[in-house]
Amino acid sequence: MSLDVDSIVVRFADRTVLDSLSFTVASGSITCVLGPSGCGKSTLLRVVAGLLVPDGGRVRIDGVDVTALAPHRRHVGFVFQHDVLFPHLDVGENIAFGLRLARVARAGRAARVGELLELIGLPGYERREVATLSGGEAQRVALARALAPSPKVVLLDEPFGALDRDLHDALVPEVRQLLRALGTTALHVTHDRDEAAVMGDQLITL
Amino acid sequence: MSARRSPLAPPRWLGWSLAIGPLVALALFFVWPLVAIGSRGLRWSAVRHVLADHGVARVAWFTLWQAAVSTAATFVVALPLTAAVSRFAFRGRRLVIALVGVPFVLPTVVVATAISATLPRSWDGTVRAIIVAHVFFNVAVVVRTVGAAWTQLDARYEDAARTLGASRVTAARTIALPLLRGPILAASAIVFLFTFTSFGVVRLLGGPRHPTLEVEIYRRAAQQVDLPAASALGLVQLVAVIAVLALWARAGRRRPPASALRNRPPATRARRPAERSFVFLATTVTMVALALPIARLVERSLAVPGGHGLAWYRSLSSAGRGTTRALRPLAAFRTSLTTAFISCVIATVVGALAALALTYTRRGRGRGLLGAGLMLPLGTSAVTIGLGLFVAFGQAPLDLRGSAIMVPLAHALIGIPFVVRALAPTLQAIDPRLHDAAATLGASRWQTFALIDVPLARRTLIVGAGMAFAVSLGEFGATSFLTRRSTPTVPIAIANLLARPGRGNVGQAQALAVLLAGVVTVVFVVTDRFAEAR
Repeated sequence: MSLDVDSIVVRFADRTVLDSLSFTVASGSITCVLGPSGCGKSTLLRVVAGLLVPDGGRVRIDGVDVTALAPHRRHVGFVFQHDVLFPHLDVGENIAFGLRLARVARAGRAARVGELLELIGLPGYERREVATLSGGEAQRVALARALAPSPKVVLLDEPFGALDRDLHDALVPEVRQLLRALGTTALHVTHDRDEAAVMGDQLITL
Repeated sequence: MSARRSPLAPPRWLGWSLAIGPLVALALFFVWPLVAIGSRGLRWSAVRHVLADHGVARVAWFTLWQAAVSTAATFVVALPLTAAVSRFAFRGRRLVIALVGVPFVLPTVVVATAISATLPRSWDGTVRAIIVAHVFFNVAVVVRTVGAAWTQLDARYEDAARTLGASRVTAARTIALPLLRGPILAASAIVFLFTFTSFGVVRLLGGPRHPTLEVEIYRRAAQQVDLPAASALGLVQLVAVIAVLALWARAGRRRPPASALRNRPPATRARRPAERSFVFLATTVTMVALALPIARLVERSLAVPGGHGLAWYRSLSSAGRGTTRALRPLAAFRTSLTTAFISCVIATVVGALAALALTYTRRGRGRGLLGAGLMLPLGTSAVTIGLGLFVAFGQAPLDLRGSAIMVPLAHALIGIPFVVRALAPTLQAIDPRLHDAAATLGASRWQTFALIDVPLARRTLIVGAGMAFAVSLGEFGATSFLTRRSTPTVPIAIANLLARPGRGNVGQAQALAVLLAGVVTVVFVVTDRFAEAR
């Protein structure tokens, strides 16, 4: 499940945000992209996810060119900067969202949701309203939701950015361990040098 | 806000004393007519008469289902364009949003004339024609109401769904639509209300076979002079409208969670071929469909035997051929403009007083009731207002039937809510620190009002007055009851011409409709200029 970013170019109106960026994320490894805010980190993730069509370059997942593919056909997981949990669905329904679209049967979905809640340390949270979650809990649920359909690549867009320092320091190694245990290929962007050092097998500075 | 009352705050009595004028006007010209309807319609004989009449059940059922179908059809037609303007940045997006509102501000008789000129002759008098006109009229409500909310909805919710395997359509269906339930309910309530109480469109396009409650009320009151039956029907209508308004008020409270909103226009350009064709098709097809009836109306108004020309327009200034009453159709413009001017002045004065009253009364139940009361004429159907005035002032002690003031009065009543709704939020939003600053610079309370509040509120006052003027120009429902034979307004003149057979009358009606649409457009443009000018 390797990810290959090949000379990606993105221009907005008058300025070039990504200028022929290339790198490869090896299967099962975590790559951190480090850079100040506004340098195009989020743009890069949106290109990999297919939410933004680049002006040039290719994105390959497992050697297959997915540049022209719509986001819902790419099998990538995306964890946003602020948790973007669907407010009209409960925790269980949020995590099961991708499974439902993949036509996993009800029993299979329930099992997978339970398993993931166990993994992120929130067992029994299925029926909780997302509005009642704390910041750390919400971010963990967002991670579980992204991981549920077993994506080929997980993209993390400053997932710990909105958390306070203590929670941040506790969650970073926890998430790293989780991703390692699942053998997930991950691309993680942050402006935090320490976080990048803990998370990444490979470091790219923009 | 400090709990202590500022010495600069207006005295407590000010708000309610300002409210006296508007409240008296409301009581005399709105509540009293409704009471008059009630006292006639609630008589057992009238109720029994109406309930026993199978025709009435049929009319009520037809009113209900045509409104439901019209509302559903409006959403189906409006959703692609709503999605396009909410989710994509494209050149001309703002222009599209502006243009889509044009049919909504056109007078109903103009819309009916345009749709009738566009549809095949065989559709005359069919439900299909009514529904097409309703969709044409109301697409703007959905695009504006739902579109504004959808534009504000953080796009990352749909992005998250898409990375989880949802296509754009699935993401819109499973994420955006449930989150937009409040605005969607609100928009459907408005469209339902408009189509349920639609009068001009139904009367001109539906023919005699498809009366709605509104048209039936008019038929009973004006043609059969059966006021008790008309009043009983008016009560049925009123109850239904109040039910819808209550639903609307509840829907309005259900907004998307604040966390899901952010105030930014869509940043994404359509880049994928499928997205580009979607945006292109949704905008061009909808805009062409909306432009077509207007273009067709203009073309028909110029189509004279043997080619195109201005014959219908020229004939407007001469007396109608084949009619006994020597009425020049163009004279209707003088009536309409005079009426619009008088009603605009009344509505602006009363509406401004009401807005000031709302601003200076203390927040609480009293103010809430005052605000709701001032909005009531907006929710009441025009025909009910017309019928009420007709019944209340059509007998001793106050027989004003045939008086020239009745039509401007009715129009003013309908125009007041527009002025209040434009002005009150502006006045209430003025930062009290501006008053403090003015006071420290030596301005008296009155000078503060004249130098701070008035200039800040000027724009919305002009917008509200312009709306009242334009609404009066196009008003048809209430006018139908109150108009005088010798001085019809333009919408009445158009309806009269359309009711007569022959291409000549239709041609004149179409020419008048084009002119009326032109005048209304000019009013909006001029209003806008005045409002923007410093």
